[in-house]
Amino acid sequence: MTAATEPYVLNIGPQHPSTHGVFRLRVVMDGERIQDVEMVVGYLHRSMEKLAEERTYTQNIPFTDRADYLAAMSGNLGYCLAVERLAGVEVPERASYLRVIFAELQRIASHSMANGTFVNDAGAWQTPLMYMFRERERILDLFEMTCGARLTTNYMRIGGVAFDPPDEFYPAIESLVDELPERIEEYAELLVDNEILLARGRGVGIISAEDAINGSLVGPMLRGSGVPWDLRKAEPYCGYDRFDFEIPVGRQGDAYDRFLVRLEEVRQSTKIIRQALDGLPSGPHKTQIPLALRPDPGEAYARVEGPRGELGFYVVSDGGSAPFRFHIRAPSLINLSLLREMATGASLPDAIVALGSVDIVVGEIDR
Amino acid sequence: MPAGPRQLSGEAVAAPVAAAVPDSVLRATDEWVEVRPERIADVLRFLHDDSDLDARQLSNLCAVDRHDRFEVVYHLQSLDRNHQIVIKAIVGEHEEPSLPSAYGVYKGALLQEREVYDLMGVRFEGHPDLRRMFLWEGYPGFPLRKDFLQIPEHHPGLPKFPFEESGVQAR
Repeated sequence: MTAATEPYVLNIGPQHPSTHGVFRLRVVMDGERIQDVEMVVGYLHRSMEKLAEERTYTQNIPFTDRADYLAAMSGNLGYCLAVERLAGVEVPERASYLRVIFAELQRIASHSMANGTFVNDAGAWQTPLMYMFRERERILDLFEMTCGARLTTNYMRIGGVAFDPPDEFYPAIESLVDELPERIEEYAELLVDNEILLARGRGVGIISAEDAINGSLVGPMLRGSGVPWDLRKAEPYCGYDRFDFEIPVGRQGDAYDRFLVRLEEVRQSTKIIRQALDGLPSGPHKTQIPLALRPDPGEAYARVEGPRGELGFYVVSDGGSAPFRFHIRAPSLINLSLLREMATGASLPDAIVALGSVDIVVGEIDR
Repeated sequence: MPAGPRQLSGEAVAAPVAAAVPDSVLRATDEWVEVRPERIADVLRFLHDDSDLDARQLSNLCAVDRHDRFEVVYHLQSLDRNHQIVIKAIVGEHEEPSLPSAYGVYKGALLQEREVYDLMGVRFEGHPDLRRMFLWEGYPGFPLRKDFLQIPEHHPGLPKFPFEESGVQAR
């Protein structure tokens, strides 16, 4: 006689600590194993792409903060690059450097959050997360003293950045950049060889390099699978080719590799900030653009390497003062393309770790 | 016009595509290639497999409503050769537009095509799971279409800015 189990449906979320936002998973379980998984999204859909068609190019910058609210600077930067390409606006040298500094600070802040919550999901409850929040807090303080906001920064402008950093910014960032390598060593010591993290992360959510490319995965997801692809090297924007840094890659493409890639990227970002601070030129921080910017009819697609990967903005102009079409290529959403492949056959706790290693931001998924 | 720094010109892509997939290319500009929508899956398959064009990743897929037609735009990426290819398929039908799905070539089209269907109402034939994504089943209409809840005689944005003629610059 054989005993058979009935598949049953388990609902995770939309309000659940391990889904990192208002995100729902409908999981079909066969005993301990996952048979099928389906994501239900849209709880945070704010129809930004439609709203943007009614607002001027400059008025649309705040939407890019609120899409990926953990990496507002990267969103600002990608959108401004797209409009600059569309309208043919030149950016002063100092603005490019400031953009690099703030985008890299944002990457550190976002990766701290990603790694902290990932470790949290894997069972190291709260302590590493709180350590990482310590550095993130100081970065947010830097944002606050420069542009007055901590999360929804609205800092970049078409043609440059909104403000020059105040005088007290420089000693604060110097001391942060001096301190960061030591802090990262601390995390590495605490976490890299941590037995619990290895047991929970190794071999979980494996994606091969071939699948990662075909599934449009980007950022640490793609690099974790061993593909050395980084837009800062492949298509240097804002003069990233001036800086010396490396692209870390993983070997097995599992959740633990993605964690290591993010940890190493924080180290590399610190290096970039150091070089950008040393080379920061003086001069204007913004090009003057017409109040009513009316680019010629046409289209532009610009992308930046955000913390979650290729963050693209596709902007179409019909010659008016508002974009005819504004599309955000959201890495958080597209990185979930292989969720079913990652989770099927795994146990539920492993699927949670795999989802945590994708590092989703629901505001960006739903837009 | 503003092409990306590593973008292949449309003419350079059009010639090999036209040779490999007959009767597919309609127009080529220096930015993009327009292909016949019903041949899009074949074109993408060729671009994916060809060793020179090497478009192994579908980096972005979105649609633009041009009032009487839909442009479906594919940004393809070669990781080994580091170039980008832009393909457009223009669907003339505005009520029930449809074209073949790219999912057979690129797994990454799964959610992107679902998003285009959800918000624009473009159907992708052969997509395994074409359902609403952000909105719920039964939602009336497709909100990103230009004629969705259109107010008569309403033109988005200000027709003219205050002091626009005097050349005031943005602060």
